[in-house]
Amino acid sequence: MDNLLSIVTFIPALAALILGVFLRGEDEAAQRNAKWVAMFATSATFLVSLFILFEFDPNNTGFQFVEETEWLLGLQYKMGVDGISVLFVMLTTFMMPLVIAASWNVTDRVKEYMIAFLLLETLMLGVFMALDLVLFYLFFEAGLIPMFLIIGIWGGANRIYASFKFFLYTFLGSVLMLVAMVGMFADAGTTDIEQLLTHNFASETFSLLGVQIIGGMQTLLFIAFFASFAVKMPMWPVHTWLPDAHVQAPTAGSVVLAAILLKMGGYGFLRFSIPMFPVGSEVLTPLVLWMSAIAIVYTSLVALVQEDMKKLIAYSSVAHMGFVTMGIFAANQQGIDGAIFQMLSHGFISGALFLCVGVIYDRMHTRDIDAYGGLVTRMPAYALIFMLFTMANVGLPGTSGFVGEFLTLMAVFQVNTWVAAVATTGVIFSAAYALWLYRRVVMGDLIKESLKSITDMSRRERAIFAPLVVMTILLGVYPALILDIIGPSVAALVTQYDTALAAAEAATQLAAN
Amino acid sequence: METIILFAPLVGALLCGFGWRIFGETAAMWIATGMLFLSAALSWIVFLTFDGTTQSIQILRWIESGSLSTDWAIRLDRLTAIMLIVITTVSALVHLYSFGYMDKDPQWKEGETYKPRFFAYLSFFTFAMLMLVTADNLVQMFFGWEGVGVASYLLIGFYYRKPSANAAAIKAFVVNRVGDFGFALGIFALFFLTDSIRFDDIFAAVPTIAETQLTFLWAEWNAANLIAILLFIGAMGKSAQLILHTWLPDAMEGPTPVSALIHAATMVTAGVFLVCRMSPLMEFAPEATAFITILGAATAFFAATVGLVQTDIKRVIAYSTCSQLGYMFVAAGVGVYSVAMFHLFTHAFFKAMLFLGAGSVIHAMHHEQDMMNYGGLRKKIPYTFWAMMIGTLAITGVGIPLTGWIGFAGFASKDAVIESAFASGNGFAFWALVIAALFTSFYSWRLMFLTFYGTPRGDKHTHEHAHESPMVMLIPLGVLSLGAVFAGAIWYSSFFGKTNEVIKFFGGHYEAPAEELKKAVAERSPKASELKYVMEDGPGEAGIYIAPENTILHEAHYVPTWVKLSPFVAMLIGFIVAFWFYIKNPSLPGRLAENQRPLYLFLKNKWYFDELYDVIFVKPAMWIGKQLWKKGDGNVIDGSLNGVAMGIVPFITRLAGRAQSGYIFTYAFAMVIGIAVLVTWMTLSGGAN
Repeated sequence: MDNLLSIVTFIPALAALILGVFLRGEDEAAQRNAKWVAMFATSATFLVSLFILFEFDPNNTGFQFVEETEWLLGLQYKMGVDGISVLFVMLTTFMMPLVIAASWNVTDRVKEYMIAFLLLETLMLGVFMALDLVLFYLFFEAGLIPMFLIIGIWGGANRIYASFKFFLYTFLGSVLMLVAMVGMFADAGTTDIEQLLTHNFASETFSLLGVQIIGGMQTLLFIAFFASFAVKMPMWPVHTWLPDAHVQAPTAGSVVLAAILLKMGGYGFLRFSIPMFPVGSEVLTPLVLWMSAIAIVYTSLVALVQEDMKKLIAYSSVAHMGFVTMGIFAANQQGIDGAIFQMLSHGFISGALFLCVGVIYDRMHTRDIDAYGGLVTRMPAYALIFMLFTMANVGLPGTSGFVGEFLTLMAVFQVNTWVAAVATTGVIFSAAYALWLYRRVVMGDLIKESLKSITDMSRRERAIFAPLVVMTILLGVYPALILDIIGPSVAALVTQYDTALAAAEAATQLAAN
Repeated sequence: METIILFAPLVGALLCGFGWRIFGETAAMWIATGMLFLSAALSWIVFLTFDGTTQSIQILRWIESGSLSTDWAIRLDRLTAIMLIVITTVSALVHLYSFGYMDKDPQWKEGETYKPRFFAYLSFFTFAMLMLVTADNLVQMFFGWEGVGVASYLLIGFYYRKPSANAAAIKAFVVNRVGDFGFALGIFALFFLTDSIRFDDIFAAVPTIAETQLTFLWAEWNAANLIAILLFIGAMGKSAQLILHTWLPDAMEGPTPVSALIHAATMVTAGVFLVCRMSPLMEFAPEATAFITILGAATAFFAATVGLVQTDIKRVIAYSTCSQLGYMFVAAGVGVYSVAMFHLFTHAFFKAMLFLGAGSVIHAMHHEQDMMNYGGLRKKIPYTFWAMMIGTLAITGVGIPLTGWIGFAGFASKDAVIESAFASGNGFAFWALVIAALFTSFYSWRLMFLTFYGTPRGDKHTHEHAHESPMVMLIPLGVLSLGAVFAGAIWYSSFFGKTNEVIKFFGGHYEAPAEELKKAVAERSPKASELKYVMEDGPGEAGIYIAPENTILHEAHYVPTWVKLSPFVAMLIGFIVAFWFYIKNPSLPGRLAENQRPLYLFLKNKWYFDELYDVIFVKPAMWIGKQLWKKGDGNVIDGSLNGVAMGIVPFITRLAGRAQSGYIFTYAFAMVIGIAVLVTWMTLSGGAN
């Protein structure tokens, strides 16, 4: 199969098209059909994507399954995966069937809802596979639109404010990225990412309007990309769109947002910033490390005082993404391994946590922590699942949450012990807010009248959680499943980064003499 | 065999926790218990047949990233073997005991199933604890470390209806995490310096580490001292040492068998185990070990003073545990790791027994825990009384003075600690421990007298119905009492005998010391006989490492006679005062508390640590969180964003409101337009090839 990547990417889009063109009516049968089509399409996507995983050769650090053709307006269509991106593709295809299953009770505009999610899947997959700047940009930005609609149409009471905050924040960031891309094209004469990865962008210091720009062009390009990726991550202090977006988004929207969309920023750093602008990255590394450490402490403290479950988990997500950026910019093997691992693991864990909120939200229609208490008496299975993911969220060894946190902290310790020490306090705060949440929702006596008849998880709900439970524990006990695949590519990335820095250093020395 | 020991409890936990619907409640509980007895039997075989050579058993790959390579693997040496029998024996007995104790627990409503869950947690705890002690690298140890933390959290909060139990559970976990903060940084530092987290590699690199300066935070430190302190911070959390001790008394909210297993015999000793395990590093970290000694002694003293005035029977024993852990740290701190392990070993038996005995009393008294409502129970529950009596004799250290080993278990090991403390020349540690021994004796006898002697106090009805516990509860007491009586005498020479015996027991080899060393020792302790043996093995080759210059173990045997007698005298004084206060003149304690009200309140309120922490840490954290949220996120970040967007947002909102009313085609159209605009933009601005 030469077009494996394209097939995987466009199955959901095709299904969306079929739904859009052929499905008519709003009756129950039509709704059911829409759900099943979406379910079938996302499952098929996952199954086909398994071929990518099985045929992928981890020891080949270049791009694999590459497809390249001419496209409209003379643009290039180029797709491919390497050790860094392949597992994000898998994460996406793995999560989407669960997301659809979690949306089974949607009754409002089901067809449109499913179309939005299917298109979103195509666009997200495209982001992780695109090997051309323009293509990447299209997927990256277009992904905003379905998400924007999902929040804006199927969201909560304050959805308009949230969706626009989301849109503005992320869009404003990307405008700068677009400018940078144009600049890169002007400099390198190509939009092919594979070629750009080997292109040396100028890193000589120059002054602009009287300001010395250390690292020159690379630093400017880095900053432009950073503006976009930092918002997507999201990094402190441009994180405030996330809690609002999560709170207003429907459960499935939150899951996609937390599990997959947040990973685009981290992926962007690894695909563009680190390998293409090594000097720029190095110049700004202290800033990024400190922003990460502050994010971890700041958002953990904020999470401590939240009264809304989803907000709490959203803030906790920001803290966890802090570990990711910290690992990436530690720029050694453990750091980047850890960052990728953390992103994947966070996909399962935060996805599951938002699903946990969804389970009780579906029953009680409130996210207020105070509205709950003592659920364990009536919902033992739920209590167990929630406990597992709470523990995974605080990074308990034996769950996947531990490996990423541990590796990134270990990595940053080698670079900057202050940042490591500050970030490590995160393990204390995360335990505090997560267990405090669990206590208020699940533990205690069940005294609230409204909860007296609440029911435990249905078979469908359990089935959704099952794969996430398996992944969380499996990856915690045997992380080699991920590390073996990403290891060689990350090693190549780190070597390339170090070599480029050494070369730039040598060039500066030479110029100085 | 080691693999079976390790995984049998896990299998038991899973079968019991998930399978009870299939097998039935009782069968599930027996499966868990049976697995534990299997583990215990095998552990004893391993311990008794162990030849001292360190073995390593690989199980599975774990975290591999660049030069970091971690496996799931078992490291078996003497240190591990000792811990194996302590953990599995106490755990098996506690499982058995729980059949009686947890039966018809009044905390639960009719028809609620809670026992399989309890047994599953207990078994899971045992698995995690075994993981901790069998780990062959620091990260796996950290897995066990956190695993026991979770099990402890689940078991403290077992009565989830009680708000106090939930609060205590969270407190235990979070305070332990403060310790983990140090532990984790210690691991990172070791990896940074040695490129490995396997014990073998670390120990081999220790001499180099000791000569390395490491920049950490604001200063340069000697790497060995820094790392030892960081690891010890972890130990402080887990072993409830001063500053991080506040969670342990609250942990008594858990069912009593839990207190016996986790908060007396096993988990809380993990910190001591860690320090002993890292003995090769500790031997090269003089400042760090001095700190450990001081902190251990301070904890032993502090906890004993608080124990004097508590009236909740479990809290008295909890403070006693905290205090005894301080003894162990003093021993480890002065460099006699074998003695630390000795006290850990004997303490596990007599303290587990005291807790189980207290559980038996509580069971008899219908879950009344205040000793002020006990009294005169000797006749009602004779077996329990005798068990508690043996436990008390053991903890207070009754034995024949100057023989060293003829006495109850605590006599041999506690005196060994005190003598070692004196031999190390640390006067503070020595006196703190002797005074703590006096207090220990006082509060232990106070407990006995208040509970079993005098006239019944409190609810009459409860006293009338007080009944002896069933056999499943008495058998574990009987078995443990054997340990509390004999464990000290039997293993005295292995842990605190002649240097060569101890070295051999821990799997090492000995050789003759250098002449200068002999001379130095002879000068320092003229009374001591000539130093004949020192350890030959390098760091990490045996279960523990004793540097040749570390001769405390030798010198401790030759301390002055008054030193050897001092713990015995302290014990006698404590007994006499307790007898006078609670048998002869029962009105005296009340009057004393009245006269010395500030002191009484100070002790009663545990030196106000909880109140202090609430003011210093908890409240400020919440306040800062609120400020960052409302002011930071709200005013500053969103405020400035809104300032920019104020003009745009209302406009777009109106637009969106209109778009809302349309159909999906509107959106799809918008999407297509958006993409088209972007492509055009790119093309025009030169994106095309």
